[in-house]
Amino acid sequence: MSLLGLCQWLAETRGSVALHESIYMYPLVESVHVLTLCVFVGMSVLLDLRLIGAVLPQVRASEMAARLLPWMKSGFAVMIITGVLLFYAIPVRSFHNIFFRAKMIALVLAGLNAWIFQVGIRRRTAEWDLQPSPPRAARLAGIASLALWAVIIVAGRMIAYNWFDCDKQPQSDFINRAAGCVIETPVE
Amino acid sequence: MLLPFFQWCESTTIGTAIRMSPWAFAVIESVHLLGLAVIGGAVLLVDLRMLGFGLTNQRIAELARAVFPWLVGSLVVMLLTGVGLFLSEPLKCYDSRAFWVKMISLGLAMLFTFSVRRTVTMADETRVRPIWFKLVALVSLALWFGVGGGGRWIGFSN
Repeated sequence: MSLLGLCQWLAETRGSVALHESIYMYPLVESVHVLTLCVFVGMSVLLDLRLIGAVLPQVRASEMAARLLPWMKSGFAVMIITGVLLFYAIPVRSFHNIFFRAKMIALVLAGLNAWIFQVGIRRRTAEWDLQPSPPRAARLAGIASLALWAVIIVAGRMIAYNWFDCDKQPQSDFINRAAGCVIETPVE
Repeated sequence: MLLPFFQWCESTTIGTAIRMSPWAFAVIESVHLLGLAVIGGAVLLVDLRMLGFGLTNQRIAELARAVFPWLVGSLVVMLLTGVGLFLSEPLKCYDSRAFWVKMISLGLAMLFTFSVRRTVTMADETRVRPIWFKLVALVSLALWFGVGGGGRWIGFSN
């Protein structure tokens, strides 16, 4: 089954229809998704700012990470669960939404960035833990993380807008390709 | 009594410009959300610490002082973008219960944050009973939650 086929199948399931049509459940899930930003991204921003050396330089970077990570992990879990539910409510439209696609790509990149930091830079934390301004690699990881999460937030907000939806034609070739729109060309 | 003021807001040039633009509202709201992430971190770090979580090896005053510029900076961004969002639809806001919940919470939250909370977080920790820290943190969290929850709900109410 193709990804689109999977989305179409999901859209037909009872749970998806119920969530999509609910008066309170969908707004509630979305509110939890947005407000959990404060916990997950809020804590990530503080940690990233520490990596850059912009906040609390007197606190060990490793200590800050260890103390904030449980909160970030819980926040992230809530973000993923509510995010999956939001997608589940509107699968096909989300699949064809360029902002949704951009958000997913940025999420993968943010994950990659965190992974590289984890295996490459954090392992050598002891060498730079108390430097107010950490080494270049750590600073770069912090900046990349801040930028990627900003993109994820903005793209996430833009999913709500239908500017580039497939049923809004004409669109440029680039948009149609990026959104995976199937355009039926009139037969001559 | 306030209705004429809201009607006047609706007619302002900037409000009309944002309302007419296909993307201005979306862009301003995105910046509003970026501010939310930062203010969320700045408020939570100190409130969680007062509740006994997070960076418990640091003094409360030290954390509060460190994040204060971020708190004020993100609050300014939130207020500026918030005014822009409001000006684009003042009459909708006037009729929205969520909007009033948000505004009253916001007034109380700012008042509380810059008076009681600031005094308590900056106080000599050994001379404050722990229960006061917890109380201040809970009030702060409740008020800011009212602001955030009310704000999100403006978009759902008609």
